[in-house]
Amino acid sequence: MRADLAIAWAIARKDALSEVRGRQAVGSTLFFAALVLLLFGFALGPDSRRLAEAAPGLLWLAIVFGGLLTVARLHQLETEDGALDELARYPIERRAIYVGKAVAGGAAMLVLGAVLLPVGAILYGLDLVAAGLALPLTLLLGAIGFAAAGTFYAGVTVRMRAREVMLPLLMLPVVAPLLLAGVKATGAALAGDPFGELAAWLQLLFAFDLVMLVAGAAGYGYLLEE
Amino acid sequence: MRSRVLGLVALLVLVIAAVNALFVVPSDLNQGDAQRLMYVHVPSAWLAYLSFGVTALAGLGYLWKRDLRLDAVAVSAAEIGVMFTAFAIWAGMMWGQPVWGVFWQWEDPRLTTTALLLALYVGYLLFRRLTDDPHRRAARAAVVGLVSAVDIPIVHFSVEWWRGLHQTATFLSPDTILNPPAPVPFRIALMSMIAAFTLVWAWLMIRRYQLARADMELEERARRSRVAAARHVAIAATPAEEAGR
Repeated sequence: MRADLAIAWAIARKDALSEVRGRQAVGSTLFFAALVLLLFGFALGPDSRRLAEAAPGLLWLAIVFGGLLTVARLHQLETEDGALDELARYPIERRAIYVGKAVAGGAAMLVLGAVLLPVGAILYGLDLVAAGLALPLTLLLGAIGFAAAGTFYAGVTVRMRAREVMLPLLMLPVVAPLLLAGVKATGAALAGDPFGELAAWLQLLFAFDLVMLVAGAAGYGYLLEE
Repeated sequence: MRSRVLGLVALLVLVIAAVNALFVVPSDLNQGDAQRLMYVHVPSAWLAYLSFGVTALAGLGYLWKRDLRLDAVAVSAAEIGVMFTAFAIWAGMMWGQPVWGVFWQWEDPRLTTTALLLALYVGYLLFRRLTDDPHRRAARAAVVGLVSAVDIPIVHFSVEWWRGLHQTATFLSPDTILNPPAPVPFRIALMSMIAAFTLVWAWLMIRRYQLARADMELEERARRSRVAAARHVAIAATPAEEAGR
């Protein structure tokens, strides 16, 4: 168990390092997601009240779009030079590989969310300070869930034809509950939780994270088989 | 041959049940004839869930036994399930237009859940088409099918909550019509249609499974002849190479 954790940590560290050092990819993803926020403004603006109302949904859609690129990249790096096959040959728990990749993916998603939140707040006129700690918590739970599902589906599509379209096609219906709960929790947090529903949505996010992590860890080993 | 008998029985039961549901049972007081759509909508929805349950179980069985026949069951059920899901959505929309005034009612959690269900399994089928190696395809499809299956309850809950956490009023939807006990003829009509549809489903499953097996045999034969051809070329090439030198 401890050895597995060490392996997972090593893989997470390696992925995070190669992310940080291959700077342009991270930067372009962040820029793309911010651009999506700007374009939503054109699609729904210039009525600023309508934009503020739609803001939680727009914010989460941008996170989902940026997240799709992020989780795809985490696996792509290793398939191009066959490193994933090498990794699969090591006598280590495949669950540890999954957990490591999911941790790195979750960290990347957190960075994405941390950039998009202030950008969205500026563009749509949101008061982040009033929302308090509920917002980062929602973001954290959403990032974990998206990375848990994303790591699994990136593994599913990794050596496939047409994977650029297959990853979103398989993954988007599965993460629909995450999108829905994320939007609702963010909306509740921004409005000061007038109906006392925030806790329920956070619980739903937590349950989604748990189910996806367990299912992903259990299924991932079969994806690396030859 | 036995599947033909089953097919004929299914057809017979379906005709009797349909004639009963269309002409014998009285129409609903409030909804008129539109309510009769329930007799195809509810059985289709039931078969959609049955199919995806079979896909998940067959996938689990494949991962355990590594028998491609179980994968054939999984793909058959998924395909038939997609068909019934699409049909259930279509019947629901046809019912929604006269009763609710719109084809698509975002407040109905079943409709939105079913739409996501359709997307999940269309994805599953497309995914299968893009993977060539039979065993790799079977294993990956099995895990994809299983993750989809565990996702369905979460989708259902989230959509149910989404339309209003504190709303307890049940919306008018085909299932709740039966909730206050419906008159006996209505119930008999629905039950017989469910039975008829399930028989049709069983017949379709058998036929689709046979087709899947035939596909697999063809695939295997093509693979073997490719291997043989490659060997033949290798043997034929050697003397020519010698002569070239």
